[in-house]
Parts: sequence; C-alpha cells; structure tokens
Amino acid sequence: MEIALSVKNVVKKYGDFTAVNDVSFDVEDGKFFSILGPSGCGKTTLLRMIAGFFEPTAGSIEIRGKNMANVPPNKRPVNLVFQHLALFPMMDVKENIAFGLRRRGEKTPEVMKKVHNILERVGLPEYADKRIDQLSGGQKQRVAIARCLVLEPAVLLLDEPLGALDLKLREHMKVELKKLQAEIGTTFVYITHDQSEAMVMSDHVAVMNNGHFEQIDSPSNLYNNPASSFVAMFVGNNNKVTGVLAKDESGKFYVQDKNQLKYAISTIKDCREGDIVGMYTRPEAIIINPAEDKTFFNRTGVHVKAVLFDGGNSRLLVVTPTGQEVLVALPQNHQFDYIKKGDDIMIGWDPASSVCFKETGAKMYDDEI
Amino acid sequence: MMTKSKRLSWGFFVFFIPVFLWLMLLIVLPHIELLRMSFARPAYLKQPGFTLSNYIEFFKEPIYWNTFFRTAMYSITVTMIVLIIGLPVAFYITKVASFKTRGFLTILILIPFWVSELIRVYGWTIILRESGIINHFMTKYGIWKQPIEMLYNDAAMIMGLVYTSILFMVVPIIGVMDSLDNSLIEAAYDLGAKKNVIWRQIIIPHCMPGIISGCIIVFMMVLGSYLTPNLMGGKNSMWFTEQIYNQFILYRNWNMGSAFGFLLLFMSSIIIWVALKLSGQSLKEVVK
Repeated sequence: MEIALSVKNVVKKYGDFTAVNDVSFDVEDGKFFSILGPSGCGKTTLLRMIAGFFEPTAGSIEIRGKNMANVPPNKRPVNLVFQHLALFPMMDVKENIAFGLRRRGEKTPEVMKKVHNILERVGLPEYADKRIDQLSGGQKQRVAIARCLVLEPAVLLLDEPLGALDLKLREHMKVELKKLQAEIGTTFVYITHDQSEAMVMSDHVAVMNNGHFEQIDSPSNLYNNPASSFVAMFVGNNNKVTGVLAKDESGKFYVQDKNQLKYAISTIKDCREGDIVGMYTRPEAIIINPAEDKTFFNRTGVHVKAVLFDGGNSRLLVVTPTGQEVLVALPQNHQFDYIKKGDDIMIGWDPASSVCFKETGAKMYDDEI
Repeated sequence: MMTKSKRLSWGFFVFFIPVFLWLMLLIVLPHIELLRMSFARPAYLKQPGFTLSNYIEFFKEPIYWNTFFRTAMYSITVTMIVLIIGLPVAFYITKVASFKTRGFLTILILIPFWVSELIRVYGWTIILRESGIINHFMTKYGIWKQPIEMLYNDAAMIMGLVYTSILFMVVPIIGVMDSLDNSLIEAAYDLGAKKNVIWRQIIIPHCMPGIISGCIIVFMMVLGSYLTPNLMGGKNSMWFTEQIYNQFILYRNWNMGSAFGFLLLFMSSIIIWVALKLSGQSLKEVVK
C-alpha cells in the first residue's frame, strides 16, 4: 500500500513551550486516520503543519513521498476542512466549490461539470445556486467537504468539523462521513476530541496528549489494550483504583489500595511488584450480583449512592465500604430494575478485565482528585 | 398599559425634540432659504420673482464649470488614493499586528486628528515651502542647487487632502475587516489562491460596506474641504468651495453662492448614487 502521508519526528516549539513533541506516523492511501486528544494537546498545531500554515521546528512531513518543507499551503496537495468550515459567504454554493478549480485555471464548462458531479456525490444536487446562509448545518458540512474533495487532494484534513453540530446530526454525519470516505477513497486525517467520532469512523486512531502520541492503534485495540494510563482514561470510561502491586503465595498479582483492600489482576504489562500503580476497570466489565461459583474473581459488597440514568449508557454510582467510588454499567434489560438508591448489592469482575499502569500522578482534568 | 405607552411617548419626545430642532433649525430651514435664494435675483436688482439665471450663469462661464469638474475629478482621485493606502493599513492593524501593537497603531493614526486641521496643514507648509525644512537640508548638503517650491501645486494639494482624510477611511474599514474570519483567508489560501486573488475575492468583497462608507465620508469631506486646497494648493487650487466662498463673501452675491452650493450638493449625490450602483451596495447596508 502506498503511503499518502508520512510525518517523521515532527516538533513544534513556541518559545519554551513545546506544542508538538517528536510525533511520527504514516497514513496509508485511502485510510481514515484520526488524531484523538483533549483540547490543547497540540493536535490542531499538528494538522496545520500538515496543511502548511505552520512550519515544523524539526522533523519532516512527506505527502505521497514528496517532502513538504517550505511548500506553502496553496501549493500542497492537501486540503483542510476548517473547524467552522470557513465557507465563503460572499459566494454561492457552486462558486465556493469552484473556487479551488478556478485557481488552477480550469475552464468554466469543465469546472461546472466537476462541481455538479461532486454535489451529487455529497447528496446536494439541487443546491448549486443556493447562498451559504440558506444551508443547514449538515448541508454546510457537506459543501465544505465537497469544496476540498473536488480538488482530489492526496490527503483531506478535517479539523473537528462536526464540533458545531447538535448531537443527533453529529451521530448522523459520523456515519455519512465514513460512507463518503469509503466511497470516494480519499485519505482522511481527522482530528477530534470526541472519542466516539474517532472510534466509529477511523481505521486507525492516534491518541495524543501533551504534544506526543500515546498510542496509534485500531479503535478496538485502543479500547481493549490501552498502552498507557492516559489512553485507558481517555478512551471509553474507566474506574481507577490506586494501590501497590503485590504478589501472593501462589504467584498471582493483586493491587492493594490504601485501605489494605486487595484486587486481583491478571495482566500487569511492564509494572513490577512493589510499584505504585493505577488499576483501570471499565464500568461495562463489572458484573452486578455475580454468580457465587467463580474462583479467582474480584468480589465486593457495595452501597448504591446514585442511579445515573442515561438510556443505554445508564450507570450505577456505588461506594465500597472503604469509600472508593466505582461506576458500574447498568444494562437496561429490566434485570436490575429492583436496584434503588441506598441498596446494598454485590459487584464483581474478572481480574482479566483490569489493566494497570505505573502511577505518574498525571491528571486528565484539573479538578480531578 | 395606558401609563406604559404614555411614559414611552414621553421618553421618546425627550430624545426626539432636540434632534428634530437641530435638524430643522440648523439644516432644513437654512437649506430651504438657500434653495429659495438660488432661484431669486440679487436683492440690489430689486426684481422679485423666480429665475434660473444663477444656474444659467454657472454653465455660461467656463471657469465655473471647469472648477466644478476639476473638483469632482480630484475628489474622486483623492478618495481612490486614500482607499489604496487605507486598505493595507487597516489589514495590517486588524490581521497582522499583535493585540498590543494594534491599539498603539490605531492611536498613531488617531493622534494627528486631535490637532485642528489648520495646524496640521500649516505643519505641511513648514515642511514643504521654499524656505522649509526639506529645502533647507537639500540646499545645505548641495543636493539641490537652489530651493524648489513644493507647495501650491496639485500634487501638494492632493497629498494634503489624502493626509487629512485617511483616518475616515481606515476606521470604517477596520470595523468590517475585524469581522472577517481569519479562517476564510486561510481557506482560500489552502484551496490554492494567491495573495491577489484572496484580496480580490475574499477580503474586498467582505469589506465592501466599510469601503463604501469610508469612500462616501472621504469623498464628501474632500469635496467640501476649503482649508487644505486653499493653503496647500494656493491660488492654483481652483477648488469649487472657493468659488462658493467668493460668491458669498467677496461678491456678496448670496443668490449665486446658493446656486453653486446646490450644484455641489446635487453633484455629490449623483456621484455617490452612481458609486453605490456600480459597487452593487445599498445605502441601507453601508450606513449599518
């Protein structure tokens, strides 16, 4: 497979501040690649370096094997879909889409043919003569993408283009965008802070934090085998228990928290005995009222502090006798309808569903305790 | 309900009456009187009644309508020069300069206007006149053999007019350029546009309301200015406001002066109307 975009050891510094710190990745032709990270992690800076608006402090960016150093944005075979789309309000839909083609000096009949083709592709064939302010949010989205796709770029860059849409439309556009990409076959590099967008659409996702990549993997691997505590916390939900990693007589590992409570764990990655670790367990891996017959199983009685109803994403907020708060997924199949706030129930999970990483003291949000 | 609408109308009149009086007493009534006078013969002829002779006189005398068209053409030229200088200045202030220097630059443009126009124009004469600063240094270092008179020609006059009106172009353009989303410029750049295309297709169309309102203000100011053409252009300036001044003050012919005044008003209205039509802007949009 041909490599459409290759980023090698790219660094971007602003004075003492390093916005992008030694990032490398390759994107194969025709793939949907996402960069996922919290706001301020440097993903926009990285994207703008690929688009050519910033020059990297160090490292190189190659597009289809050509080094892009000192190539200005208007000469690069990439196009960027802006966060707020940046459609030209002074032009109608067809002139917006024709803008790039005209810059290449193509003749009007040819340009109009391409414009109508691409409008059909994005499902807006009758909108050529509409003004931009006559379009809905989703339609603007498609025009913005069409405006770039009509130029047949080697790579299409997308800067959180779904951010401004409401939830339902966003869910819809996610699927649309994925379908469009599969149909047209253009390489997409998509940046977002929304993990669901990244997971649903992408072939590969890079998780970015503090200017560097934590992990580049398929969405299912990110979820199942996070490479760092940041990825574990950022992708999906996780319950975190901090404690010391220890080994019992039979050689099985467990994490002992500050209240001397022990939680068995089967995968310890590169942590060692005696390390202070964070143990991560997903709410959906926790079983309510587990069967009694399981051996090598974490089991604890808890007190239901609140029922957090959120449709298919409902959870129970429970506390262990030692005061550790745990989120437990609550399937909406009427099996657990009897559980009310204030009840005492049993929860348990397989030690294989937990992962642990060496505690770094890093916090995802400032108000985290 | 009743009391509320009463209170509303009371508040409305408090603000409306001063505006109304000001407009009526200082603008509308004097203009009606001037309009009446422009269609009357001079009082010393003792011939009451309606006449077009004041206007006919204007077209019969080449010096009058020559001055008239010269003033119009030079006003348009000055407006264009101010626009060409003002656009990059406004662009630099809104899009290139950092937030801190931005305020500083705006103040730099503003400060000269704290001084009266008279003082500013005299400042220019000190620099440009035969015994002025430039001539002093040029002759002292032998670059010029003898002092050159740089005042009292059309170039000096145009420069003076550009200088005195640039602020009124830059400020409205800064207003609209501020609202131009930077990402539009970046998007055009990303789609392959060169700088001149970005200016022509993105920046100028977006700034059109500000450009037009700046042009109208500058054009009216230049057309109606008296001091700068008089002091910097001297006797050769041939500015139409001087003709009006002469009629009123020198010849004491108020009727002719009024007719000239209305001709100037009529011409400026026509030119602005044509400019609005040509640029496809509506006055409503521009004054917003």
